[in-house]
Amino acid sequence: MYLEELSPIPGVSGDEREVRKYIRECLPRKGVKVENDTMGNLLVQKRGKSSRKNAPHIMLAAHMDEVGFMISSIEKSGHLRFKKVGGLDDRVLVAKSVLVGKERVPGVIGSKAVHLQRKEERQKPYEVKNLFIDIGAKSKEDAEKLVKIGDYVSFKSSFTSVGEDCYMGKAFDDRVGCSILLELLKQKNMPSFTAAFTVQEEVGFRGARTAAYTLQPDIAIVLEGTAASDVPEAKDHEHATTLGCGPALTVMDQSVIADRELLTNLVNLAERENIPYQFRRFTGGFTDGGAIALAGEGTRTAVISVPCRYIHSPFSILQQSDYYHTLKLVQAFLENNSG
Amino acid sequence: MEIKDVLQKLSEARGVAGHENEAAELAASLFQPYVDKIKRDNLGNLVAYKKGALRSRRRPSIFLAAHLDEIGLIVTEVNENGFIRFSTIGGFDPRTLWGQAVMVHGRRDLPGVIGPKSPHLVSQEEAGKELRIEDMHIDVALSKEKAEELVRVGDTVSIHRDFMEMKNSACVTGKALDDRAGIACLIQTARQLQRMVHDFDVYFVGTVQEEVGTRGAITSTYSIMPDIGVAVDVCHGNMPGVTEEDSSELGKGPAISVGPNIHPVLGDKLKEVAKQHRISYDIEAEPGVTPTDARAIQVTREGVPCALVSIPVRYMHTSVEVIHTEDLNLAGQLLAYFIADINHEFLQEVKDYD
Repeated sequence: MYLEELSPIPGVSGDEREVRKYIRECLPRKGVKVENDTMGNLLVQKRGKSSRKNAPHIMLAAHMDEVGFMISSIEKSGHLRFKKVGGLDDRVLVAKSVLVGKERVPGVIGSKAVHLQRKEERQKPYEVKNLFIDIGAKSKEDAEKLVKIGDYVSFKSSFTSVGEDCYMGKAFDDRVGCSILLELLKQKNMPSFTAAFTVQEEVGFRGARTAAYTLQPDIAIVLEGTAASDVPEAKDHEHATTLGCGPALTVMDQSVIADRELLTNLVNLAERENIPYQFRRFTGGFTDGGAIALAGEGTRTAVISVPCRYIHSPFSILQQSDYYHTLKLVQAFLENNSG
Repeated sequence: MEIKDVLQKLSEARGVAGHENEAAELAASLFQPYVDKIKRDNLGNLVAYKKGALRSRRRPSIFLAAHLDEIGLIVTEVNENGFIRFSTIGGFDPRTLWGQAVMVHGRRDLPGVIGPKSPHLVSQEEAGKELRIEDMHIDVALSKEKAEELVRVGDTVSIHRDFMEMKNSACVTGKALDDRAGIACLIQTARQLQRMVHDFDVYFVGTVQEEVGTRGAITSTYSIMPDIGVAVDVCHGNMPGVTEEDSSELGKGPAISVGPNIHPVLGDKLKEVAKQHRISYDIEAEPGVTPTDARAIQVTREGVPCALVSIPVRYMHTSVEVIHTEDLNLAGQLLAYFIADINHEFLQEVKDYD
């Protein structure tokens, strides 16, 4: 599983370089054509075992970027103020370790100590404007030796096994999709397809738009890590997806309505191959699917997700079986539909 | 071993209040080379004793206390899906818990994370509210059966945080620096005293249960009944939004407290020793009883003359506390010089008061 190595790499939207570099290094030497587009997407065409005439061109997409932060000012005291990149709840930020800039300067997100907060302050949730990053600098000049305004910041979280068959780490949305794509590219005897490792999904699926325009696929499948909220605070109908119940198929989210024929095809395949699956029981959220479906003259698009708890926070949790079932379903789809 | 390496070990050791064994055993091994005798008392306090040089049947003693315990969580329920409900041990800001990696100390240590429900799914009204403990759970990714087998109500949970060194800086960050920084400082003092002559017997005490009401200090001071007691704890470091009055700058030495909780002769002596040895320090005005072991030490039996030396720490009671390692060295030096400097006459001054 490439996820173990993909997860800790910093790769906030607009700064996917390190992730792209890692993926490039993992690509097979033969049987692929690799190109970078101007946005920074990494497009990898895999030439299949045989080429059936008139086989549809299938695009599989996963985004390399993750939510994070950007340094917006450096205070006299050497503390750094920051802004959010992508959708993060302000309340999950305080008291976390982070890495700042290309040099991965270690830091922490701090706030005024609770002991020194007035009663009114304590009753309010933390807001990003009251938080700052501390890299141990003595002064603005001292800080400027290590960081500059505009530097990207990511959570620093190690990847670990939890429970009996789960993993915990950051950026599973969507390094899990990248990991599955890499596994598909590495497999022998696969039919042809194009893997698009996209950029800037978290700031409005910007990369997928140009990638899909370039590739003009007949069919697109987006591989995602989606929210699982099967936790005690949520009522049953709020779970969205459930860990351990297999890949989650999107009927619709805020950005795309899945192509019905594709969806039916995926359901039939899953049932035929005895792969557990679930529908994503939530119509909010955005994915690369929104951009791909509308690119050029339009593309038939489906979205398949690995359920992940606590996405958009320093640690998400996923179950291994969901990962492998997702991989299996996508593989089965390629074998049945590609050349 | 460098002081920051000592601190790293101490920071990463687990020791939620009332469950300090791991931290205590580690601290004992770190004190070992520099002291004559080590023991644990009835409550679990770690007492490291170093004999004084004065030849006398009634050799006076000084007691230095830093607390071993850290704030943590306790399991209150394992629910029907294997999720864990919890309460706090010590003063946590509940708003700092979401997204923290934890270690649940069940039948074996189980890694997990604290979460509420997915923010993607919260309503507008919920989104703006501060999180309470009851809005969160611990997820160890186990089925109900497995969770019930491994986790029981009453198990403790510590926050898991890797210690980090800052770049181009003597600052470090990690969990439980309140008050493992104090323990590291005492180890530094013990190490320095090896090359010095001191009249007094010295008791380095790693106290337990400070975070739930300075309980270890109550019994350890009672048993040892020292002539002088010094609590070594943390104070607030400078950070945005906090005035100079309420904080001490990192890297500029320890803070020496003054106020009713501190014996004035001791406070003055500490300042004098600092000046004499060119150790920079800050003065912390404490108008009442301090929230430290000094609170308990001072009123033990007939009373113990007491002082408080503090290491500045930023973001106290979070898992990303920040301290400057030079402050540990300076505080360690200050205490060592202080101990080497005091004698019978000084003790008389303390008793005479003026």
